[in-house]
Amino acid sequence: MPTLHTINKSPFERSSFASALNHLLPGDALLMIEDGVVGARKSSAFAGRLEAAAKTCRVYVLGPDLAARGIAEKDVVAGATLVDYGGFVDLVTGHDRTQAWL
Amino acid sequence: MNDGKATNGAAGAKKRFMYVNRKAPYGTIYALESLEVVLISAAFEQDVSLAFLDDGVYQLTKGQNTTAIGMKNFSPTFKALGDYEIKKLYVEKESLDERGLAPEDLMQITYEDEDEDYAEKPLIHIVSRSELTEILARQDVLFNF
Amino acid sequence: MELKLGILVNEGPYTHQASDTAYHFTKAALEKGHEIFRVFFYHDGVNNGTRFTVPPQDDRNLQKAWSELAAKAKLDLVVCIAAAQRRGILDTGEAKRHGKDSDNLAPGFRISGLGQLVEAGIVADRLVTFGD
Repeated sequence: MPTLHTINKSPFERSSFASALNHLLPGDALLMIEDGVVGARKSSAFAGRLEAAAKTCRVYVLGPDLAARGIAEKDVVAGATLVDYGGFVDLVTGHDRTQAWL
Repeated sequence: MNDGKATNGAAGAKKRFMYVNRKAPYGTIYALESLEVVLISAAFEQDVSLAFLDDGVYQLTKGQNTTAIGMKNFSPTFKALGDYEIKKLYVEKESLDERGLAPEDLMQITYEDEDEDYAEKPLIHIVSRSELTEILARQDVLFNF
Repeated sequence: MELKLGILVNEGPYTHQASDTAYHFTKAALEKGHEIFRVFFYHDGVNNGTRFTVPPQDDRNLQKAWSELAAKAKLDLVVCIAAAQRRGILDTGEAKRHGKDSDNLAPGFRISGLGQLVEAGIVADRLVTFGD
């Protein structure tokens, strides 16, 4: 019964990103949106934690938010998949519940 | 509270609703307005529980005194939840520990169990992070504010 | 599989991106053939429902975008009454009842109680939350 976790705040601003990572179960999915995409940048101080999470969970980034913040696709951590708003919808319908880490 | 009652016939079986509280009271309105939804949801006869983690644990501390900030102290409302048949308040132990809080720093909230000769039972359950993660994964709907 | 979705918007327009993201999500869900059971505006989210917003011409107008989407897709846009009254969002009836000189609820929105959010949680297959 996997859960989709959405994260909309930078891990450098708030603890909600870390809190989300602390409450993941294997097979859950994590989607970074809005300022949350800041956490998807590779070689950031936070990237290691996200890459570790990507070993047991699926990790997604909302492409439009990434582009808006000037983060190129090639600069995203390994194991993260880009989705558009339609992909966001598919993630919501493809999981049993959505937990928004506001 | 009977006026707003919804029948479950059309909507099917009860759903497991969990209200996830992660923010301290007063600095923002989320905690208060979350509690307002919780009270309304009691009338819909769903399986309602509340989670308190991160700064949300501060919603349940005892001795809240809001006189000097000019806002209403709404923490006593939590003590009435048992009367609304809401009996599951899960508090994450790690969130307490990180903040230097102990279970004794929280309000004592009980309900009278009519099945056991009206014995006083605690509403607050201290659970570990991994237990809370499992509880979250068992819900049908998660409310986040 | 086509599902019924409930949308919860906790923040007003412009300060936070929440309403923008909710709008793009809702549009995408409709395009995929899903049903939007209800969009519920709570907390400062009620500020999406005032027709008195006048953003600069080169900026998006979120209130108008929601109103137009509601007309096109027959969306049920519900503004929480308790949250709305705290923040000065009133429909004609509420304005009259409280002796205010005007109402400001935008077209396509309606004001109702928190039970509408709980009902969305019961009826919708999924509830998606956008906030701060």
